[in-house]
Amino acid sequence: MSEHKGVWVFSEKYDLTLEMLRKGREIADKLQTKLTAVFAGHNIKEKAGELIKYGVDKVYLIDNPALERFQAEAYLSVLHNLAANYKPEILLIGSTKNGKSLAARLATRLGTGCVPDCAGLGVNEEGRLIGERITYGGNAVAKVTFRSKPQIATIPARAFEKLEPEDRKGEVIELDVQIEGPKTEVVEIKPLETASVNIEEADVIISCGRGLEKKEDKALLEELAKIVNGHVGNSRPLAEDRKWFTEWVGLSGHKVKPTLYIACGISGVIQHVAGIRDSKTIVAINNDPEAPIFEVADYGVVGDLYEILPALTEALRKQLH
Amino acid sequence: MKRIIVCLKQAVDVSQLKVDPATRRLITASAPKKISDFDKNALEEAVRIREKIGEAEVYTLTVSHEDAKAVLREALAIGADKAYFVNDPSFQDVDTSGTAYVLAEAIKKIGEFDLVLCGEASLDSFSGLVGSRLAELLNLPLIASVRRLTVEDNTVVAERTLEDAYETVKAKMPALITVTREINQPRIPSLMMIMKASKKAIVTWTATDLNIQQKKIGAKIEVVEVLAPKTERKKIMITGENSAEIAEKLAKALIQEGVVGR
Repeated sequence: MSEHKGVWVFSEKYDLTLEMLRKGREIADKLQTKLTAVFAGHNIKEKAGELIKYGVDKVYLIDNPALERFQAEAYLSVLHNLAANYKPEILLIGSTKNGKSLAARLATRLGTGCVPDCAGLGVNEEGRLIGERITYGGNAVAKVTFRSKPQIATIPARAFEKLEPEDRKGEVIELDVQIEGPKTEVVEIKPLETASVNIEEADVIISCGRGLEKKEDKALLEELAKIVNGHVGNSRPLAEDRKWFTEWVGLSGHKVKPTLYIACGISGVIQHVAGIRDSKTIVAINNDPEAPIFEVADYGVVGDLYEILPALTEALRKQLH
Repeated sequence: MKRIIVCLKQAVDVSQLKVDPATRRLITASAPKKISDFDKNALEEAVRIREKIGEAEVYTLTVSHEDAKAVLREALAIGADKAYFVNDPSFQDVDTSGTAYVLAEAIKKIGEFDLVLCGEASLDSFSGLVGSRLAELLNLPLIASVRRLTVEDNTVVAERTLEDAYETVKAKMPALITVTREINQPRIPSLMMIMKASKKAIVTWTATDLNIQQKKIGAKIEVVEVLAPKTERKKIMITGENSAEIAEKLAKALIQEGVVGR
């Protein structure tokens, strides 16, 4: 096990790579080892050097037309070849759906462990990686460590903030790697509407749950959103049971961390709460005083959202202008 | 299409978990178990495929160190033709690596199949690794996080949910698919289906029956601590004579917090 050295970072998403580099830098410093980014794609040579500004000592650059866009077997074979050859101690992989599946397959090929979706990360006194992740449907946070190397952890987007770029020394090493052919074929890609994609980055979110009687009543939330420059979301029952929407906020949907989260007519089941836990301030409006959402709220109002929301919109309109 | 194998986990029903407030530890021992939600969607999808094409067999496969017969019976009631149960006390500490290995060995022993269906992740640990690991061990094409599935001749076409797009992917069978909860609404078995299920076969295997190598099921990760998160919220209830007064107070509080009008 002692032959494994260095901290590696990989994501097919550039921003997520930068975010992970901050944590990777911290861990590499603690372990007194080097931080390496695996950078794969096509025509990306210029961008590779940029990574050094964000904390990397070394960039392994794999520039190949087969890597033009994410293809599971191609990317898997690149990472597998590199990791089997250079034996990193720690490998952080961006926890997108594709990244997570990649991490699981890579761990299987390397015969090692994988801890997914670590929103917290550190090393213990023995120098082993410890990941923190939400488990049991949001009821608990687990701390998990490794018994094998490389230690593979996946990191969700926005868990860490990227470093400010600065002039640093580092090297870009271009490598030629054997790339496997694909086992599946992508026939169509339909981008999601940007509004729903952006909710994870929103600063203010106003969300509705079962307390909303009609789909059209979401307009009440939109009125308030206009005043506070917010995004409108919803809980899972409105998507899965009532089929009004296709997405939702919660552990199994969008995990959000706004400055302000206003939950309207949302009871606050644990899976929903787990998805909003990192919000700075949580407001709950619900007509049931026993609703569990009040236990996790900073401000609670027992009342009818159909009365409180328009009144709040009006009050903020007056007080902010 | 001859056969679909659905991997089912017996999971802790997280909606019925209780926390010991003094220690913040979860009380898992007495918590009820059920078929992991996503896996139930996988089973429902397999049964629907069979209903549509009319000839395939649906087998379920469960790995556990404890009894899971109730869960297997439910799966048979939903519509599986046969349930395989790999049950061995040595599986107590397995992680996703060991689970995938045992599933792979069981699938090899079952023999021929066209599709393996799994839930995208499990209800309790929510790791979402086993399906991908299993595809790798069986050297199968993998389509993960699928919300729509169609089978045509020897090809499977699936729509995946990604963070910023829906992606339609094609693969030759045999293939492994992991499904999301969006894919369907699992049926609730009728009394008739439950009675019929009692006549269906449950095949039980031990680690020895599958020639499981103990060193290969050794855990590669170690859970150090599982605690309920601390909630440090203000929990201030805002009251007033009427909605307008409550709203005024709330607006003021939010402005003072600096969370609106930034």
